[in-house]
Amino acid sequence: MSTAKTLFEKIFELHTIRTRGGGEALLYVDCNVVHEGPFYAFDGLQQEGRSIRRPAQTVAFADHYVPTLNREQGIAAIADPEARAMVENLERNAQRTGIIHFGMDHPLQGIMHVVAPELGFVQPGMVVTGSDSHIATNGAFGAFGFGVGASQVKHILATQTVWFPKPKVMRITVDGALRAGVCAKDVILAIIEKIGISGGNGHVIEYAGSAIQGLTMEGRMTLCNMSIEAGARAGMVAPDDKTIAYLRGLPYAPKGNAWDEAVRFWQSLPSDSGARFDQEDSLDGQAVAPMVTWGTCQDEASPVTGKVPDPRSIEDPARRSRAEQALEYMRLAPGTAISDIAIDRVFIGSCTNARLEDLREAARIARGRKAVVPAIIVPGSQSVKRAAESEGLHEVFLSAGFEWRAPGCSMCTGSNGDRVPAGERCASTSNRNFEGRQGRGSLTHLVSPAMAAAAAITGRLADVRDFI
Amino acid sequence: MEAFRTFTAVAAPYYFPDVDTDKIIPHHFLRKPLSAGYRNFLFYNERYTPEGEVKPFILHQAPYDKAGILVAGSNFGCGSTREGAVYALADFGFRAVIAPSFSDIFQSNCLQNGLLPVVLAENVVALLARQVEQQSGAVVTIDLPEQLVTAPDGRQHTFSIDASRKAQLLQGLDDIGITLTEARAIDDFERDYHRRLPWLRMAN
Repeated sequence: MSTAKTLFEKIFELHTIRTRGGGEALLYVDCNVVHEGPFYAFDGLQQEGRSIRRPAQTVAFADHYVPTLNREQGIAAIADPEARAMVENLERNAQRTGIIHFGMDHPLQGIMHVVAPELGFVQPGMVVTGSDSHIATNGAFGAFGFGVGASQVKHILATQTVWFPKPKVMRITVDGALRAGVCAKDVILAIIEKIGISGGNGHVIEYAGSAIQGLTMEGRMTLCNMSIEAGARAGMVAPDDKTIAYLRGLPYAPKGNAWDEAVRFWQSLPSDSGARFDQEDSLDGQAVAPMVTWGTCQDEASPVTGKVPDPRSIEDPARRSRAEQALEYMRLAPGTAISDIAIDRVFIGSCTNARLEDLREAARIARGRKAVVPAIIVPGSQSVKRAAESEGLHEVFLSAGFEWRAPGCSMCTGSNGDRVPAGERCASTSNRNFEGRQGRGSLTHLVSPAMAAAAAITGRLADVRDFI
Repeated sequence: MEAFRTFTAVAAPYYFPDVDTDKIIPHHFLRKPLSAGYRNFLFYNERYTPEGEVKPFILHQAPYDKAGILVAGSNFGCGSTREGAVYALADFGFRAVIAPSFSDIFQSNCLQNGLLPVVLAENVVALLARQVEQQSGAVVTIDLPEQLVTAPDGRQHTFSIDASRKAQLLQGLDDIGITLTEARAIDDFERDYHRRLPWLRMAN
């Protein structure tokens, strides 16, 4: 019998304290990441008189409710008292419990899924949990990262463990070099379009193949980030030399002898040859084109060269009726060329696409051109913002008529007040095109940062390849 | 957490595929304290106009306004991890959701709050949805000990559930209390783990 194991199995076994009926394992959690949302968890622990087992293994970020304007005013910049209370509560809970906290005025503040990796909190082989489905981003490092609700956050705070039913493992292999103008965002949208938004349910996805190996760490984070949009609990990429080079020297990465030991451990993690996957799928990297969503689920996506489909041509009855509703909500007629769809505004940001590489890609398109619709750039963190400014990217954007904002989740969820007005159509680099996601009545088209920049300068969902 | 044994209630049809948690509760209500009554935010954009006026919606109509079971479509609760979606359903009075499948995180959040996620075959759920829509006031019974759903037509359908989860729901126990009985095992594990892999211990 083969003892070959997948990357996921190695991590799952390493962290299993014990198992119980139904295949659930009690997993040890290395790093837990929270935002303002799970205040219920802190309130509950306080009411129950429970303490936090390992405060230094929970990191908290103010990101969902922080404004992207007037940040020099501090907390006063948050006009909505309930939103302000969310940011203040997190700070108070952090001070009370001793968890690590990056509040809205911290020089390293930013989106949890951008900052935790950039500081080295997330390393290969770890179990990383968090109060947000996009914790899957951390799988880019060969960690097992998954989102949980507030009750499980409470459980993790109290016990540093979580019960988890052992998922199946799916491998998706993407071979072939990506073409110019095509990036990780297009790859993951193409994957979701292929397997469907519930195609990954009950699974962890390991992404493999030369196109994945060819991605930068930033690209791998974008890829893993949207695994949840295919229904998967997590996405993972095996750690390699790029992973190690990225982590070297980061504030929370191992140092000295521990670094050498850690690297040896990381190198032992990739799936063994002959390891068995419960499901396999593949995609031709060379065939991926810049992608655009036309509907209200992420699998309702098309190459930019395509057309809005006629729902009558969709075989699966559930997907057909969903598409009918989506087109009505999105105010789109079947047969419309995607690149003819006019847009009203552009959002470049979110945990999916607000890292330095994303901003560089957008700036490459914006340079020397002018935005014809309102467009905002929201860097993923203060560090990303400073790095972009030292390269002069903000000047590229500002002279092209884009707004240069302060870090946070912003218009991805609209919880800080950055919303898309009802009936307006937004080209967005975020991860969810659900009805009302960016504001009630908002119409969202998910695209890559370069495609979003091309949309800003043309006022339509233009093919970025015409501008490179 | 309230124990779940046998539950009989009016069932409301909401049979659409891929209903996301943004739809179940829009994000801007997640800043509200639980005391605000999360039932008020359930399916908000479908129930109310932007001005707050009541829209025609199944859960506004008697007898569905008193429904305790939701009959939903496949992949129910996809998207965001927000447990507010479960709080809203539970606060409205739902104690169970019957669907052909659930998103993993939503299902897990349900179990943390005594909201029973019941998976039945697609054709059975479709039939149930039709029955509870056509026979207004029709009741459905869910028997957790026997793992049986009794449809309005009297037919019975079995469902499966993990033995440990079932035991917890029957007793209304939450996870933390159970896990803390394992405190010794966690201590031992942690000591050994950090000895073997010292760099995985974040600076304490």
